[in-house]
Amino acid sequence: MNHNIYIYILVMAGVTYLIRLLPLTLIRKEIKSPFIKSFLYYVPYVTLAVMTFPAILTATANIWSALVGFGVALILAYHRKSLITVSMLACVSVFLVELITGIG
Amino acid sequence: MNFAAGIRDGIPICLGYIAVSFTFGIMCKNAGISTWQAVLISASNLTSAGQFAGLSLIASAASYVEMAFTQFIINLRYCLMSCALSQKLDTKSPFFHRFFISYGVTDEIFGVSIGRSGKLSPWYSYGCILVSAFGWVFGTFLGIVSGNVLPARAISALSVALYGMFIAVIVPPARVNKIIAGIVIISMVCSLIFQYAPLLSRISSGFRIIILTILIAGAAAYFFPVKDKEDSNES
Repeated sequence: MNHNIYIYILVMAGVTYLIRLLPLTLIRKEIKSPFIKSFLYYVPYVTLAVMTFPAILTATANIWSALVGFGVALILAYHRKSLITVSMLACVSVFLVELITGIG
Repeated sequence: MNFAAGIRDGIPICLGYIAVSFTFGIMCKNAGISTWQAVLISASNLTSAGQFAGLSLIASAASYVEMAFTQFIINLRYCLMSCALSQKLDTKSPFFHRFFISYGVTDEIFGVSIGRSGKLSPWYSYGCILVSAFGWVFGTFLGIVSGNVLPARAISALSVALYGMFIAVIVPPARVNKIIAGIVIISMVCSLIFQYAPLLSRISSGFRIIILTILIAGAAAYFFPVKDKEDSNES
């Protein structure tokens, strides 16, 4: 079968965009149901936590630098440092650990 | 003001995206995709897992239906995120903004948007989307053109940027709200179980996110419904 790459791209982009667009345009008003409101309120905490762990442990060259990066991020976030500070210092700590241990 | 804040919060996303999309660019090159086509995929899709899966489907000459179905399954989590965002957006801002904001509903942009206090301004989203999408497209371009301009160490370090951001979003509210703290810990433990337990580990990460989100956020909403006041102060 002969496939056109641009049709592939169109299908990919179209499906992905619709998934994002439909809820945002169909749910225009504030939801009144306390259950759904509470559910949507809790959604980000579950998704972000599930996406972060344990994936962060295998994101870097080895688990030790990952653990240090994870720990640094947790401590800085606990002390309410800004998003960019937490994120960048986690990167720096991973870099330093891999540099010092020579792994990676 | 909101636009500048969006740009600022987009910077770590941008750096993290470069690390990931760089790899995507290299894989595109290996699959025989042209520079322009790779850049077009990244600019029009703005998603990681979906693009990697899409690329392997293109390489194996899969059917268009298969492509549509795969994208639907992998990216279904964005549906949940958009539902949550629909309640966070300022209802007073014009409706057409939603068509543009939808383009930028990614795990990371959603993460920082939810972390904003009060209602979400479209301008914050635009700033954040602009910088993030630039990183995503630029990284793809670098990967396909240069082959290997970024040292492995830099890639490894930058890979942690996105997770650092997620942690910066969920930990401060967890500190003041015991229910959120419990939810975060339970979510991470369940995610760990899904990663390594037999059978469960076969479930793709996209589905894992959907299943756990519905179960855990659903249970939390049932047992600990949020009172209106708490909601407006917290988020």
